[in-house]
Amino acid sequence: MKTYEQINDRIESGKAVVLTAEEIIDYVDRKGLAAAAQEVDVVTTATFGPMCSSGCVLNFGHSKPKIRMTEAWIQDVLVYTGLAAVDVYLGATQLRHGDSANMYHPGEFRYGGAHVIEDLVAGKTLQLFALSYGTDCYPLREIRTYFTINDLNQATMTNPRNCYQNYNVAINNSDKTIYTYMGTLEPQRKNANYCSAGQLSPLLNDPLYETIGIGTRVWLAGAHGHVYCEGTQHAGGGARTPDGVPTGGAGTLALTADMKCMKPEFVRGVSLRGYGVSLALGVGIPIPILNEQVLKRTCVRDRDILAPVVDYSHEYPQNTGKVVAQVNYEQLRSGRIEIEGKQIAVGSLSSYYKALEIANLLADEIRRGDFRLSQPLAYLPKDTTMKPLVAREKPA
Amino acid sequence: MSDTVKQKLMLDFPRCECEKPIIYHLVKDYDLVVNVFRAKVTPEERGYLVLDVTGTPENIGRAIDYVKTFHVIVNTTGKGVTRDLDRCTHCGHCVTHCPTEALRIGDPATREVTYNEAECIECLACVRVCPYGACASAF
Repeated sequence: MKTYEQINDRIESGKAVVLTAEEIIDYVDRKGLAAAAQEVDVVTTATFGPMCSSGCVLNFGHSKPKIRMTEAWIQDVLVYTGLAAVDVYLGATQLRHGDSANMYHPGEFRYGGAHVIEDLVAGKTLQLFALSYGTDCYPLREIRTYFTINDLNQATMTNPRNCYQNYNVAINNSDKTIYTYMGTLEPQRKNANYCSAGQLSPLLNDPLYETIGIGTRVWLAGAHGHVYCEGTQHAGGGARTPDGVPTGGAGTLALTADMKCMKPEFVRGVSLRGYGVSLALGVGIPIPILNEQVLKRTCVRDRDILAPVVDYSHEYPQNTGKVVAQVNYEQLRSGRIEIEGKQIAVGSLSSYYKALEIANLLADEIRRGDFRLSQPLAYLPKDTTMKPLVAREKPA
Repeated sequence: MSDTVKQKLMLDFPRCECEKPIIYHLVKDYDLVVNVFRAKVTPEERGYLVLDVTGTPENIGRAIDYVKTFHVIVNTTGKGVTRDLDRCTHCGHCVTHCPTEALRIGDPATREVTYNEAECIECLACVRVCPYGACASAF
């Protein structure tokens, strides 16, 4: 048994033993659970993939004379101005003004909110255009100017939902190519796409939310941030294997961090053909090895994690809830799965390569004493389910 | 007779040379097996022709000299489809769309996506499906 304080003391003194969620599997096999739980202080987990529910709060400071922005665009991408005078929220999936979207199907969606976020973090010069109706205290009605992230007072990434615990594997049962947020899917189950770091993924290594909770310090694209809330659509009560590993979506995290401390290679605009824009983010979360039970859960392997295979031509869009099959991540990573006798080529939207890089970067930071762990202020619910949106003809 | 080799050629037509039946002469005069990947040669526009030729090294060399007499820029190093390694995140979305496995998971341990240009037939599937805009076409 170790406490957060003991682990942080070991980190401070540069003596912490830190392994990635991939390395820990063989390590525990070799040393045994009890000995490994004594030796290992932290296991690092990570993921890198598209996370649509991302965005940031920006504060521009005041112009002379002042403006209370009522409509604003950055690089022609609309931002939300229903906040204080010079605060805006820039959402990752917002399209650029004039984008033809899917008018000429499939649309290309080359630039949107996520690309603005990428450019901001990369330090590029961006254009702000804002309008106002003008007030006695904020008389300016229009401004067009150029800025970089360093000109902003705050640039705080505030993501309602990241780090989905587990996720669907998408296939296409129809006779035509479909374009989805799970990528391009060829007809008649020619390919399948998944999106999870599997055995490296944060919430799959802490499936019952024993260490990752509200207040947990996280590595968000290189910055040190926090879990500020359960993520939207968090449904901790979903089906699980006997080891507690969810067999579907389940938990999510709401994450925040200072964008001025982020590294551009982990903040990437994503253009999903025929679907839209998303933001790919790198997230690393350390798991303190408080006891054998926590350690045992970090030893989860790709073959122990099941993902539901779902048809995105009919079952997903019509919200039928039908699952074609369950496959594990070892099968998915082999590049081929067999469903109902048919071999299907498997691709991925999340990058295991990047996730591994992040898990190692975070492990190095902890070993150097540059990243301390924080105990959750509150834990994530384990019993909630996801409600549907009911279309009612009159008030209930 | 020396062994045959396969050579990828990228021909850039700076101005119109389209009245000449170049491919006919490559086959007929230089005994080459020609496999055209991409071609666009129209009057009054910059054009291109990307092809594989198979034949003896001597004949390929002579054929290249012949093509150059039409002020065509001959590129033998490829680059019709390029991958920007700074933009590639190695997600692996492209690998199921690449028909020749030119793009593939090179290392099963790190899941690094590798690109072997020699295998590329320039179908441009990767350019269309890459979410990060990492793959690009020269034309």
